[in-house]
Amino acid sequence: MTWLRDHFVDVLSLAGQHAYLAGVPLVLGLLIALPLGWLASRNKVLYPFLIMGTGLLYTIPSLALFIMLPLLLPFKILDPNNVLVAMTIYTVALLVRTVADGLGAVPDAVNQSATAMGYKRLRRFMSVELPLAVPVISAGLRVAAVSNVSIVSVATLIGVSQLGSLFTDGFSRAFLDPIIVGVVACVLLALLFDVAILLVTRLVTPWQRAGSPAA
Amino acid sequence: MIRFDAVSKQFPDGTKAVDELTLEAPTGKITVLVGPSGCGKTTSLRMINRMITPTDGRIWIDDQDTAEMDEAQLRRGIGYVIQHAGLFPHRTIVANIATVPMLLGWGRRKAESRALELLERVGLPASYAKRYPAQLSGGQQQRVGVARALAADPPIMLMDEPFSAVDPIVREQLQDEFLRLQGDLGKTIVFVTHDIEEAIKLGDQIAVLRGSGNLAQLSDPAQLLAHPVDDFVADFVGKDRGYRALSFQQSPQFPLSRESSVPLGATPEQAAAAARDGWVLVLDADRRPLGWIEPDRITAPVRSEMLARGGTVATAGGPLRNALDAALSSPSRRGVIVDDQGALLGTVRAYEVLAEIEERARPELDEADLERAGLRPVEETPE
Ligand SMILES: Nc1ncnc2c1ncn2[C@@H]1O[C@H](COP(=O)(O)OP(=O)(O)O)[C@@H](O)[C@H]1O
Ligand SMILES: [Mg+2]
Repeated sequence: MTWLRDHFVDVLSLAGQHAYLAGVPLVLGLLIALPLGWLASRNKVLYPFLIMGTGLLYTIPSLALFIMLPLLLPFKILDPNNVLVAMTIYTVALLVRTVADGLGAVPDAVNQSATAMGYKRLRRFMSVELPLAVPVISAGLRVAAVSNVSIVSVATLIGVSQLGSLFTDGFSRAFLDPIIVGVVACVLLALLFDVAILLVTRLVTPWQRAGSPAA
Repeated sequence: MIRFDAVSKQFPDGTKAVDELTLEAPTGKITVLVGPSGCGKTTSLRMINRMITPTDGRIWIDDQDTAEMDEAQLRRGIGYVIQHAGLFPHRTIVANIATVPMLLGWGRRKAESRALELLERVGLPASYAKRYPAQLSGGQQQRVGVARALAADPPIMLMDEPFSAVDPIVREQLQDEFLRLQGDLGKTIVFVTHDIEEAIKLGDQIAVLRGSGNLAQLSDPAQLLAHPVDDFVADFVGKDRGYRALSFQQSPQFPLSRESSVPLGATPEQAAAAARDGWVLVLDADRRPLGWIEPDRITAPVRSEMLARGGTVATAGGPLRNALDAALSSPSRRGVIVDDQGALLGTVRAYEVLAEIEERARPELDEADLERAGLRPVEETPE
């Protein structure tokens, strides 16, 4: 593995790029999925349309999306923003259902008593419903994070470099080292995202670890 | 005062949950809405804080039409307690209780010190403050629910079957403490239950509803037991009405029989010397009755395990029901009467209690009921 030693800095910068392309859409996607999921959870008529509609987005092949977006958006063909938008779309596709189900699982009695105590709608959402939906949303976010890390590598084919570039590089030269390094780096990155999400979740849900009634 | 003025609620699916309900819940009193499941109790309750909007009629709080009040403002002035407490699972107990004060902008310190004060008030140790609801038993959660509803000291409390989901022993404790609390606080309370016993125990005024929020009878508990207006109410109120009504009649100063007694550790001879008709009462050091014993049947000094404990004890001046029960349940047939500290005063026989009951007039029908039933008032009999 002298290859890795020689190219360590390059690999690190590709990994940084990869994390950026997979991570930022995770946050943007969550922000978009929250209101959509909220709408779906509150409106029985809209629910199937929103869930189906956003779910279908995930079935668009990534390469097709990467190629189509520059035609629809004001970005140039090699612009990484295309990738950010595409990954945000995938994140939304995965998270709307999660958010809707997480909010839907908040016990009715809790919502009722929040309303009865005089919470207005937005405040109730922010300080009661959303915190209680965190465990479910976080589970969805972990899936989306892994999915993003994996899909982003396809972006090499439209000229946006990240860890996926190592695969094309190794492939074109029939040289295994960059491919192995790329795969391992992707796995590590996915793990890193996973641990980060888990940690934040633990931090904001201390109540989840409280035990049953002390005898 | 909360006043329902011909209030109706029809749900979009056509269900008529409440039909022209007219009712007044007086200030500082507990009004219980009771009736079979699905008769519109919850719907009626929720129309007060506008969780449900009436299709017709008005609800007044004092002389304000609730429909014209700001919704959130209205609700923050009304405590609300529901069956499974509905605590926020993600907030500590102290944060749960502090909810409404925080919404009202009291600031964290003031809200939390108020919450701690209420925690103690509802009988929970301060060490529970930092726990989460899942760490409390059902009964404890319900206490927190009550504390949370009281936090901002609202003049009105709405309670929807708050004690129904806990086991009978805990329920009884919660009811007793609730009455004690209400004795101090004097809130205007509307309390919903399907349990007529609970209604009779807690209500200053009871509204019996039949289907569709139809008010079958509105009376105080004694009147409800003595004069159910029709078969529906009579059936709903249930059996043993005559006996249960004695709960609402105070005992007089009975002419008590002196009862000689022995302490634990008395010899069979001492016990036999003190016995009357084969039984003697055993007291503790503070003269509180422990149980009865038959001296003839013991061969060793009196021990706690030897006592017959079936007898109940009645407090002097308490309800006639307790005095009668003390006599009926006593193995010696002598009903034990104690003072407020629980110390023995004397005994009374069932026939003496019954004689007193026979002396008493039954509660008279209300004038409106007399008229409806086509009866004329009982004439005052000259002495
Ligand atoms: N949101 C609703 N939509 C349609 N029907 C309802 C709704 N809420 C309650 N009901 C119906 O209204 C009636 C009264 O309900 P409720 O007030 O909850 O009764 P209770 O509390 O006395 O058991 C029942 O027949 C119930 O099924
Ligand atoms: Mg109900």
